Amino acid sequence: MTKDSHLSIWFFVGILLSFYGLIITGAGIYGLFAPPAVVLASLHADLLWGLILLALGVFYCYHFAPGKVARSKLDDL
Amino acid sequence: MHGLPFLLAAGNVTEKLLSLSIADLVIIAAYFVMVLGIGWYLKKQTQTGEDFFLAGREMTAWIAGLSFLSANLGSLELMGWAGAAYQYGILATHWYWIGAIPAMLFLGIVMMPFYYISKTHSVPGYLQLRFGEDSRAFAAISFAFMTILMSGVNMFAMASVMKVVLGWDINFSIWVSSLTVAAYVALGGLKSAIFNEVLQFVLIWAGAMLIPILGLIESGGWSGMQARIAERLGGQDYTHLWSTMGRFEDNPMGIHWTGIVFGLGWVISFGYWTTDFLVVQRVLSAKDLRSAKMAPIIGAAFKMMVPFIVILPGLLGLGLLDAKLLPESEVATTPGSYSYNDVLPLMMARYLGPGLLGLGITALIAGFMAGMAGNVSAFATVWTYDIYRAFIKKDASDAHYVGMGRACTIIGIFVSIGTAYLVMQFSSIMDYVQALFSFFIAPLFGTVLLGMLWKRATPAGGFWGLVAGTVSSIAMWFWVYLNPNALAYVALSTHAKPMAENMYRGLWSWLICVGVTVVVSLVTQPKPDKELVGLVFGCTEIPSEQHVALWKRPIFWAGVVAAVFVGLNLIFW
Repeated sequence: MTKDSHLSIWFFVGILLSFYGLIITGAGIYGLFAPPAVVLASLHADLLWGLILLALGVFYCYHFAPGKVARSKLDDL
Repeated sequence: MHGLPFLLAAGNVTEKLLSLSIADLVIIAAYFVMVLGIGWYLKKQTQTGEDFFLAGREMTAWIAGLSFLSANLGSLELMGWAGAAYQYGILATHWYWIGAIPAMLFLGIVMMPFYYISKTHSVPGYLQLRFGEDSRAFAAISFAFMTILMSGVNMFAMASVMKVVLGWDINFSIWVSSLTVAAYVALGGLKSAIFNEVLQFVLIWAGAMLIPILGLIESGGWSGMQARIAERLGGQDYTHLWSTMGRFEDNPMGIHWTGIVFGLGWVISFGYWTTDFLVVQRVLSAKDLRSAKMAPIIGAAFKMMVPFIVILPGLLGLGLLDAKLLPESEVATTPGSYSYNDVLPLMMARYLGPGLLGLGITALIAGFMAGMAGNVSAFATVWTYDIYRAFIKKDASDAHYVGMGRACTIIGIFVSIGTAYLVMQFSSIMDYVQALFSFFIAPLFGTVLLGMLWKRATPAGGFWGLVAGTVSSIAMWFWVYLNPNALAYVALSTHAKPMAENMYRGLWSWLICVGVTVVVSLVTQPKPDKELVGLVFGCTEIPSEQHVALWKRPIFWAGVVAAVFVGLNLIFW
């Protein structure tokens, strides 16, 4: 978005990714004790992926939080 | 450009493919809450016609670019092309690379200045400025009609997939998804549709990227996957893009390289990416000309990566899945079997546990809903500006047209629901809608291209070229429908599959459109140059970018994307 008074779409993306990250990380922790019946369960992809989503979500929430300058430098391209 | 021909399997499978846990259902529910929340939030910002139909023309290049790409990255695309990769191998990648990248770059660098500087609200609107009301009426009515049908087909396809994959009731899927889309598009207009497309883009990558990563780990990398496919399938080459295209019978698709390069790479691709208003509308929402030029280039950069999450899972399925997947026609008669189109859900079931599976399913639902929203928002714009305001009520207030836009969003959704139920009764309609859609795209590209680049093209030439191209496309389709042997003339080979036929039919109808436009233009009176300012090359001053640093210029990034595109084709030759 170009108008700083409006919430950026990336803020909404951050909220959703953070929430999904929490849920999937939780499922991943549970999976440490009761592995899901999927191929390569030993890699614990759910736990790793959940943490990655959570980190990305927190970053987007912080960077595009209301009140901050909600524009990436890349937007200036 | 759509994957629908692959998705005709509703109800053939009696057992659902996947079961969801509580965590999965929470993830799906959170998505619905979020999209409705976004629609509600954006309602306050959507007051004028410019806000509702063009998202206030304030989108950055990144948002417009991702939305431009996402409008085409629906779930039918994901599932259909993953199935196509299982069936045809890496050849399906052509629809993502040569079938998209050159056209997207051409839109950004060559065509976008004319769309943007003319300040048109739509592609039919551009035709009105360039060629007059007749061409606009022809393009607007055909587009509005086809778009709303496509929305219904999309809706039915989603409900069918949810039934096959999750066992959900078809009526439940149709009504919940369509009412949600109706709510958020009617509230926030194009801006709401664009926000949800960006959200969908992120969800698709978050939900689908683990499948190829885990698949490559399991198969031992790219070479391990190639070895497994070769072991299973013997002689046929499934992992090279161009080396098998010298003869129709040497590749699983039954197509020659000329069909891919000239039919797909030129006519079909350029027609879709540069004149289909559904995608062009997203770029028109950009905040300035440079953003509008950058948006398709950013879209192209990401488009090149999409085969990683679409084609690669199909190829991995070919090498790894124990079950042999079958064509739709054989699934109905083979109990317990799965179709090509089930490859993506099967790969999800193979690798994704609770939570991750919900994310993958949410990505599919988001793709379907964004596709519906795209169709409905484009329909609302074309109906309101190019039909209602042009021919029914010319001098109403801006608020009246916004009200009309909101109303016809709701009406459009209900017509789509009606179409979905019609398709449920007569599934062959889905094939016909696909064919109908293809009739208009290739000739429209001929008309718009000549309109932008050749100032001698006249209003009569543009209109009659468009009509001749469309009618000839319909005639060729009927010819092959009534006499299958005609395929040898239309598609140059009796080995040609339906996809190859579409390529060649598009090519011929484009040539006819261009030929008729040129001939009629040469014998009719052109518009004076002063009426073509802002519309045609040679009469329009394109703002210079000399003062902008090289790395910020669209042409620089288009060159980078083009170089990567050539490199990828050489690597997978």
